[in-house]
Amino acid sequence: MSAPTTPLTTGTAGGTTTPRRRRRGPRTWLAALPLLAFTGLCFGLPLGAIAFGAVTRTDQATGSTQVTGEHLARSLQGPYLGSLTGSVQLSALTALLGAVLGVLVAYAVATSRSTALRSAALTASGVLANFGGVPLAFAFIATAGISGVVTRLADLTGLGWNLYSFTGLTVVYLYFLIPLMVIVTVPALDGLRPQWREAARNNGASTWQFWRHVGLPVLAPSLLGGFVLLFGTAFAAHATAAALVGGSVPLVTLKIADALSGNVLTGQENVALALGLDMILIAGLVMAVHLPLQRRSARWLR
Amino acid sequence: MFSSSARRGAAVLLGAAVLTTLSACGAAPDQPAAGTAADGKAKARPVTAASAADLGGMEALVAAAEKEGKLNVIALPPDWANYGEMQKAFQAKYPKIKIAAENPDASSSDEIAAVKTRKGQDRAPDVLDLGIAFARSGAAENLFAPYKVTAWDRIPASQKDADGRWYNDYGGYVSIGCDAAKIPHCPQTFADLLKPEYKGKVALNGNPTKSGSAFGGVYAAALANKGSFADIQPGIDFFGQLRASGNFIPVESTPATVEKGETPISIDWDYLNAGYAEQFKGKGVDWKTVVPADGVYAQYYSQAVNKDAPHPAAARLWMEFLYSAEGQNIWLAGHARPVLLPGMTQDGTADKDAVAKLPQVQGTPSFPASAELDKAKATLAEKWDKALS
Repeated sequence: MSAPTTPLTTGTAGGTTTPRRRRRGPRTWLAALPLLAFTGLCFGLPLGAIAFGAVTRTDQATGSTQVTGEHLARSLQGPYLGSLTGSVQLSALTALLGAVLGVLVAYAVATSRSTALRSAALTASGVLANFGGVPLAFAFIATAGISGVVTRLADLTGLGWNLYSFTGLTVVYLYFLIPLMVIVTVPALDGLRPQWREAARNNGASTWQFWRHVGLPVLAPSLLGGFVLLFGTAFAAHATAAALVGGSVPLVTLKIADALSGNVLTGQENVALALGLDMILIAGLVMAVHLPLQRRSARWLR
Repeated sequence: MFSSSARRGAAVLLGAAVLTTLSACGAAPDQPAAGTAADGKAKARPVTAASAADLGGMEALVAAAEKEGKLNVIALPPDWANYGEMQKAFQAKYPKIKIAAENPDASSSDEIAAVKTRKGQDRAPDVLDLGIAFARSGAAENLFAPYKVTAWDRIPASQKDADGRWYNDYGGYVSIGCDAAKIPHCPQTFADLLKPEYKGKVALNGNPTKSGSAFGGVYAAALANKGSFADIQPGIDFFGQLRASGNFIPVESTPATVEKGETPISIDWDYLNAGYAEQFKGKGVDWKTVVPADGVYAQYYSQAVNKDAPHPAAARLWMEFLYSAEGQNIWLAGHARPVLLPGMTQDGTADKDAVAKLPQVQGTPSFPASAELDKAKATLAEKWDKALS
């Protein structure tokens, strides 16, 4: 799920997606052929397979296949719908928090004069952004779980802390989302030229006015791109949540796993595919919000 | 510009699709070839044999299996119910048949998927160890070969398909494991689990909509709370209550969480809990296992032979081995209750030491009917999330 968003947002962050207006030769599309073939094979075919499975039903006994809306309908009802909204809520909240906190950290890193701090922070972010899954869940269980070290030392349970909840999951997700935001926004902050700020100051602008009218509008596409990337990452995360909360926080990835590869529910494969299709649509919607805005303000970072 | 390149992109895609189809067609001739090889193998025809006698007795079966020389198994974790020992013992007894074990931690639905997607291939699984729901649905989808082992008549009627397409192999009771080194008074019943002293301590082996043993835990809790096989709701309510009181923790109990003390009380199969006791003895864990008297629920896994098994004779020989006294005792040594245990206790072939180590249970187990099980699962899938959140 996060894969389609990646090329998009890294492009934004680097500020390199400036549209070229030069006239192209008639055969330049040939150069894009490998990419198109790759995209078609690695995204198009699976997408087609998911869509096909989501809207058909195959009778095992006769082998006949019929088109049906039943799976999609089921994926938008009851606990399945609950898991979709649960995932959207969790992803939106963690992406928002992660984006805000990540930008603050990134700003501190980008404006710091210490190169040691800068490289340390960026390296750490690179590592932490990829530190997810079961190891992360167990690291948190060991420190902040019921019998975790920190939980017992600081009596977190007495303070109402519970790792195995929506709040707990939010904190754990932020652990890898904030570093991810740092990685994608530091290049954009670097692109914010000091001359602009000097020019604004010379014209009598306050710090607030500079940010309100120059800084934030220029950064907006990168920030939004970062938010979309974070949303996608959180939306698609599975292993951490599976190890941490099991079924007690409804998430769509967990539901897909239950339906696709479980020991209890039989014959749910097509509902899992329908849920996958729902996820793709939601991710597509989020990206659709981002694209026009990005195009509008990308010209500043040329 | 854009539209024309898009059109060309579509042409490329189409080309790729054609290529894929072509290569798929290229693979097709293997299937009949494998089929004829098995069919042509002789008068014995292991692929349709419904019992060892059909092939001319055990010796003929062994000979046919040795000729095939291979057995594909899937989803047999070595540390689960002594399956590691089972494979070793089979290998030692029939050294000419090589066991190819694949994906030990696969789930039942993975197994069924492997049967469907590898139909006709040499690497399709020969035999399957399935959760009961998948054994039933697989039989309904006509995926299994009917085969009755020599010990067929001694398997209770409620634990087998009349046609021999699947039959229970081993199982156990829902039990409460408890680390007596950390918990002063171990809970003995489901009712005990609600006591405030167990706050933040009670875990299940996974999510009941996915894990068979966690599902069993909810079923047993239902029985303990005036529910029945047809009515699992009281079990769901019970866990909702446990969650509300803060006693329930959603961490999936595993050997690691048991050893670390993260899941000091774990509702799980008795053979897994009993195994933990042995595994972690002397590591600061004093693991006690009790089958709660208020919620007695047993569940067995089932064996089935893939209808399109690439090694049909080896598959049948494996079944004979599992249901021999030797095979059944290997499960028993893994604290599981083999399906032939009642008969074996009577005729004295059961390993008495291993029997003595099993957690105590009163009475004989009864099992939900297919319709009751389906209803319980539907209710669980519908209500579990809400009760827990």
